[in-house]
Amino acid sequence: MSAGAAVLGRELRLALRSGGGAGLGLAFFLITVLLVPFGVGPEPEKLATVAVGTLWIAALLACLLSLDRLFQADQEDGTLDILALSPLPLETLVALKAAAHWLTTGLPLVAAAPLLGITLNLPAPAFPWLVASLAVGTPGLSFLGAIGAALTIGIRRGGLLLSLLVLPLYIPSLIFGASAATAAAEGRDPGPAILLLAGLTLGIVALAPFVGAAAIRLNLR
Amino acid sequence: MGLLVEGLSCNRAGRPVLEGIALEVPDGGCLALRGPNGAGKSTLLRVLAGLLPAASGTIALDGIRLDRDRDGYGERLAYAGHLDAIKPQLAVAENLAFWAALHGGGDIAAALEAFDLAAIAERPAHVCSAGQKRRLGLARLLVAPRRLWLLDEPTVSLDADAVARLLAVLRGHLAGGGMAVIATHADLGLPEPRVLRLAPLAARSAARQTEPFLAGDWA
Repeated sequence: MSAGAAVLGRELRLALRSGGGAGLGLAFFLITVLLVPFGVGPEPEKLATVAVGTLWIAALLACLLSLDRLFQADQEDGTLDILALSPLPLETLVALKAAAHWLTTGLPLVAAAPLLGITLNLPAPAFPWLVASLAVGTPGLSFLGAIGAALTIGIRRGGLLLSLLVLPLYIPSLIFGASAATAAAEGRDPGPAILLLAGLTLGIVALAPFVGAAAIRLNLR
Repeated sequence: MGLLVEGLSCNRAGRPVLEGIALEVPDGGCLALRGPNGAGKSTLLRVLAGLLPAASGTIALDGIRLDRDRDGYGERLAYAGHLDAIKPQLAVAENLAFWAALHGGGDIAAALEAFDLAAIAERPAHVCSAGQKRRLGLARLLVAPRRLWLLDEPTVSLDADAVARLLAVLRGHLAGGGMAVIATHADLGLPEPRVLRLAPLAARSAARQTEPFLAGDWA
């Protein structure tokens, strides 16, 4: 699969170079979470009750930030035409691009979440489960986002439409992810919620490449 | 076997752009598409590449029908459109190395040499001039061996020396039994090029239409 490795390597390289936007999602995540104590108030008890929800919602929004350029940049410079003609199936291309998006956007969020948990006074038992729920849930966010990005390829200011399309689809991931970490914080068993989240993510990862590839084919016409 | 197209028509946004196109390019043959702006040259190239669907007609390359075996057909052609498919953040050689790896690994050094890009191989593409970018876009043709080249205005922003290099590369491709369909306004000076002249279909179909609304008055 050298063609696949070439696409993944290129995506990571482009994201990490200047203007690639890999650090953007992480910076947005940090700032959004750090704003919450200013709005809610600095009382540790109050922050502890909103910590899980804040971190998950901020992660959703941070994921959205760089999604609109996922396919649009390639369409604008003609790369998408050549990729569509290459031996690599479009389904594989969508899966690789979504995976690269998760590696450069989702994974840094997972790594930064424990640090931000401290600033929000996240209860100690919830830490490992918050990280686990983000690690399990964020790949689904990147793959669902790839569908939205493929649908809005040809639309100017498509990022706004993309948010409207994709954010409602993020609701199930948000519910199960946040409830896993909340359950751990309240001393309940987080197992069922995280298993449901894992099932959801696996389903999304399996289906999204086909939906995204179909949307790209429509947009190439 | 060559490229064989019969009765090809294509609509864009509900309006006919191409109608009744028939063409044949034998092994080692070169076809030049001529016609005024808007005649459908780029559209025809995109249809031949399989990027746009044909409304009717058949396209076969070496006997492989586009509508029956899309992958087999696609493996035999290379398309170079208006856009050069270059990532500005990557260096010239990196851009080319990606396309080579995607198509199974070709000789990057030879492709760079053929279009005089070796000296700027390490330069980021965003500081390259328009002509250098076009040469890089054309060098992509050389990293994967393909039977049919579809070129859309390949000489745009090229200087005389670069056009000569393009012609040398094209002659080599044709001499090796390859085929090329080239949309161009310039006279490339290729040996015995076949020419297909396209006229804007809107003008032709307006004369045939009797219903005033369909005659193009709404356009």
